[in-house]
Amino acid sequence: MSRRPHAIIIGGGHNGLTCAAYLARAGKRVLVLEAADRLGGAAVTRDFAPGFSVSGCAHLLHQLPRAISDELGLARHGLTFAAEKMPTILLSPEGTHISLSAAGSTGLSNADATAYRAFMTRMRRFAAHLRPMLDMAPPRLGTGAWADTSGLLRLAWQVRSLGRTDMRELLRIIGMNVYDLAEEHFDSRQLQAAVAFDAVLGTNFGPRAPGTVLTLLYRLAAENGNGATATAQPRGGMGAVSDALAAAARAAGAEIRTGVRVKHVLVRGDRAAGVVLADGTTIESASVISNADPRTTFLHLLGPQHLDTGFVRRVDHFRQRGLAAKLHLALSAPPPFRDLDAASSRGRLIIAPTLDYIESAFNASKYGAFSEAPAMEIVLPTASDPGLAPSGQHVLSAIVQYAPYTHTDGWASARPKFLDRIIDALESYAPGLRSKIVAAELLAPPDIETEFGISGGHWHHGELAFDQFFMVRPVPGATQYESPVADFFLCGAGAHPGGGVMGVAGRNAARQVLKKAA
Amino acid sequence: MNNVLERPPHYKQPLLTTPFHDRARAASVVDQFVPWAGYTTVDVYTTVEQEYFAIRNACSVYDLTPMVKYRITGPDAENYLNRLVTRDVRRIKLGRVAYSVWCNDDGHLIDDGTIFRPSATEFLLCTAERQLDWLLDSAVGFDVSVTEITETIAALSLQGPTSCSVLKAMGATGVEKLRPFDMRRFTTADGIELTISRTGFTGDLGYELWMAPDDAIPLWDRLMRAGASRGIRPIGSQALNMARIEAGFVMPNIDFVSPESVVRIGSGRSPYELGLEWLVDLEKGHFNGRRALVAEKKRGAVRRLVGLDIEGNKPAEKSLLYADRRCRREVGAISSALWSPTCKRNIALALIDAPYFSLGAEVWAEIYLCRELQWERRVARAKVVPKPFFAPERRKVTPAWDR
Repeated sequence: MSRRPHAIIIGGGHNGLTCAAYLARAGKRVLVLEAADRLGGAAVTRDFAPGFSVSGCAHLLHQLPRAISDELGLARHGLTFAAEKMPTILLSPEGTHISLSAAGSTGLSNADATAYRAFMTRMRRFAAHLRPMLDMAPPRLGTGAWADTSGLLRLAWQVRSLGRTDMRELLRIIGMNVYDLAEEHFDSRQLQAAVAFDAVLGTNFGPRAPGTVLTLLYRLAAENGNGATATAQPRGGMGAVSDALAAAARAAGAEIRTGVRVKHVLVRGDRAAGVVLADGTTIESASVISNADPRTTFLHLLGPQHLDTGFVRRVDHFRQRGLAAKLHLALSAPPPFRDLDAASSRGRLIIAPTLDYIESAFNASKYGAFSEAPAMEIVLPTASDPGLAPSGQHVLSAIVQYAPYTHTDGWASARPKFLDRIIDALESYAPGLRSKIVAAELLAPPDIETEFGISGGHWHHGELAFDQFFMVRPVPGATQYESPVADFFLCGAGAHPGGGVMGVAGRNAARQVLKKAA
Repeated sequence: MNNVLERPPHYKQPLLTTPFHDRARAASVVDQFVPWAGYTTVDVYTTVEQEYFAIRNACSVYDLTPMVKYRITGPDAENYLNRLVTRDVRRIKLGRVAYSVWCNDDGHLIDDGTIFRPSATEFLLCTAERQLDWLLDSAVGFDVSVTEITETIAALSLQGPTSCSVLKAMGATGVEKLRPFDMRRFTTADGIELTISRTGFTGDLGYELWMAPDDAIPLWDRLMRAGASRGIRPIGSQALNMARIEAGFVMPNIDFVSPESVVRIGSGRSPYELGLEWLVDLEKGHFNGRRALVAEKKRGAVRRLVGLDIEGNKPAEKSLLYADRRCRREVGAISSALWSPTCKRNIALALIDAPYFSLGAEVWAEIYLCRELQWERRVARAKVVPKPFFAPERRKVTPAWDR
């Protein structure tokens, strides 16, 4: 880039790339600097055993809005899907699986099937009304500015426009725990657990924790607008999403460099003026946007010397430790799940037989231990996309809950034991699986932290909870993608509306940067 | 000596005693003690008037030990303090002391205090209130260590026109050469080592003496002997408070409250509002509250702490202030007030709304007097006047008076 860029984006994760693409399309000179040798952050495809590759962190695409993929032309830039509208299969050890999909459900009693349909219709309606919250820079409180007041009014109207009955129901449940909500609605213990599992996936909560209905609604709101693909598996793994975003950004004129580590942000006259690289090079720019998590961004890239103590204290207290592990298995044959038909094996498989199973799994994590009987979201990527493994061989990818960031024995000794427990748990659903394993990889939160550069290893860059949500995310003083330092912005999952491969934080941030530049 | 376990449990001894306590107890005539920062300290030894005049006309000794002291060391000590306080710490030379304030993110005063720089990598911060939590939270990202050392240092404040000569008589040779805010190590004639700084809270010639707790009693005795012919007298907090009002110094929890301990929004006060803008260096780089202070400076002050000269001789303690004699428009309140025996003026420190705080402006103070349970209300004319009210030349002349 010959001329000084308008914006340097630190981090080429999917939000950084999305932000770059939108800024470049608006005519800004954008330079993306990624420390790793590959782009995509937590949306990547990478080898984990010779000949086997897998989506290294996130493994399903269900929250990327249609609007973003259309506006950036991701299909044109090479994004295709190996599986779309993937059903959710609630595995049972006996092989009497329950299948849930947009088309309907199988394996449920009539009463539960009806209740589930009604429940999801209502929850999706709530989600649709909450969705506009995700696509806006959250209004600020107490400023008296019209933009903020109107934002709050819009929010109030979104809730009020549900009508009296639904509004009351939303306000009744929004602070509740998902355990009670699921028990209220369904008889099937597996269905109760499946609903709760989605609510606690990727969080630091068990189903009994207050605020878990909020996380469920958040997940559904984020899925709202995902277009026709619903839950999908990109061909070539999640890295394909990042590749398409990078291609879109480059096509719009953004420059993207990998293997370039930013040491710190250059601050001049209390404004961000560029970055200083690990090799000492300084690159100046009119603004700097961080795709990194809030702790890394403020405490390391910017540095407390440029910030006030109260603000640093809030960042320091921002809860951003992950509680989910990621399992990758290379298999010599298809995983022998009992009575799983071909269509189901291309779905999203859930191991969470009862609410108490999840809650018990969670309990261990509170005391620095992994779950003896973990809950899991499993994908068999090679069932739809055989190219990810050598011919005839397979890959199993699973998000495993719960794994505390700090294990009392240390992860070096706990990791093989946890892997053993997980395979035991899988064996009861897929007898003989162990003998098919060619290679195994288990990423505990500290491993996720190291590999993806996410401080704490939380895939949302920080817990999504009432006190770290919406207009106070990540912390007061850094909302609306801005920071206490002028010309320094956030575009990562630590900002509203959080993570999941969604790109909305990146797009919202780009809008905010453009608004400020205007 | 710092071992908490050696002490009786806190419920048996809720207030600690300073190393000078035995002497203070013996000198106390009216047995009037008050708690201060967890210690029992003398409020009045004999009479406030007698003690006050020792400050202004002779020499006073005040036990300063409860002042909270922090040692800040490490490679980032200077950067850390520079980010913490409003002044440019880099400009404090070795062997110097600086008065400063520090603010929260909103630019509101947390506390004021003195920063001592005994060596290149070490600072001592001396404050009125405990705030280790704020100091430690401020240390995130800095290679520093912050330790509270209150109990490891005993301190006395020696203030008044004869203070220098008392110190010389005690053997602190060359003490008269200390300029205001200088500090130096001295050894007394009988071998007690101590640090003397030319600092104080009275606006007068005076020194603060810092020593090991074990040396406290011998030093006290030495000082009293040296000062016997120079009118030395131990004083309590009340007399000191009179002197500090005359000197125009603000007092935490009286003239401002720490925003870290208030619940009402808007209770915080900025250095600008407290008339301490001379302590704020907006050009030195970032420090806590800087952005808020830049914005405030741009907006202009909405209120300000000023000195008042009030008609009559009735101290206007905690009086409300009005723009008009009929007390219809409230424009502020008095936080500290005093009939000044030295100035022979009825003075006060008051926080007044714009535009009534400009020099020479007139406001009206509503004073309530209780005479044998009969309440009387006076409305007295008050004029905004420059601070300090009392600033004798001797406070800064070097070499110091030694008569």
